[in-house]
Amino acid sequence: MITDFGRVLIFLIVGVVFVAGGLIVAWLLRPNRPYPSKLATYECGEVPVGDTRVRFNVRFYVVALIFLIFDVEVVFLFPWAVVYKNLGWFAFIEMLVFLGMLAVGYAYVWRKGDLDWDKPAPKVPRYEKGIGVQETRMTEEEIAV
Amino acid sequence: MQLFDVVFYVFALITILSGCVVVFSKNIIYAAFSLLFTFFGVAALYVLLHADFLAVTQILIYVGGILVLLLFGVMLTNNVISVEMKTGTIQAIPALIIVAIVAGTLAGLSYSTWKGVAVPAPGGPQTTTGTLGQMLMTSYVIPFEIASVVLLVALIGAAMTARRHRNS
Repeated sequence: MITDFGRVLIFLIVGVVFVAGGLIVAWLLRPNRPYPSKLATYECGEVPVGDTRVRFNVRFYVVALIFLIFDVEVVFLFPWAVVYKNLGWFAFIEMLVFLGMLAVGYAYVWRKGDLDWDKPAPKVPRYEKGIGVQETRMTEEEIAV
Repeated sequence: MQLFDVVFYVFALITILSGCVVVFSKNIIYAAFSLLFTFFGVAALYVLLHADFLAVTQILIYVGGILVLLLFGVMLTNNVISVEMKTGTIQAIPALIIVAIVAGTLAGLSYSTWKGVAVPAPGGPQTTTGTLGQMLMTSYVIPFEIASVVLLVALIGAAMTARRHRNS
């Protein structure tokens, strides 16, 4: 008799064996003749430029932070969904209040612009009489045009 | 030794070893990724304790949410490799007292027998999600609704803190 999580464990083991087995077999079969350009970082066929590390935009962090709250909310939905049929309207209104609370928070972050992605303004070369080509930031109206 | 024990020791080993990597690794990206295995091992230990809902919650929130957040935090920092995270010894005596209290409590718990707690029979299908839902909707309605208020406060607080960080 195998339990539900026993099946999960079997899936887990098969997954690990599948990946590790593939890597080990490849490691045993492949020839090993490295040279510098083979060992270089692959960058779409170009010569690699600069550092691998790029600093992420802080916006990713904010969105992940907001996501986490709604992740917790979803966890509360599961036990509710299991017993919903037995409890009927009472459970429905309960969950409506619960979701309503978080909808207030959602409306707040939406209204305050925390979900907006602030894009850096594109820099375009522009010709001005007597000055020549220089890079200037486009103003809001110019982007709209 | 039964299969249950083997599985327990394997997952306990994974949890402890990856936890050690988190603590001792100098590269914080390795530490953050090692935390994935720690969280996962803890989830497996929850399963072995018949806390299936807690285990899935652990995966969903800690692995799916907090770890991603942590990795974003790592990606935002400047120094990644050879970060010295050790600090000097401060507050040695209070720390010793707290450690002694925690260790004593844990040791006491592991040697005491639980009274009034139904120990689930090993094996056999048991799901706690339905019971949890029943409890949340009947006996613990008020804590359930308060949880939504707590989440709302956390959401607004997080948004405000992040916004101040951006403007400065």
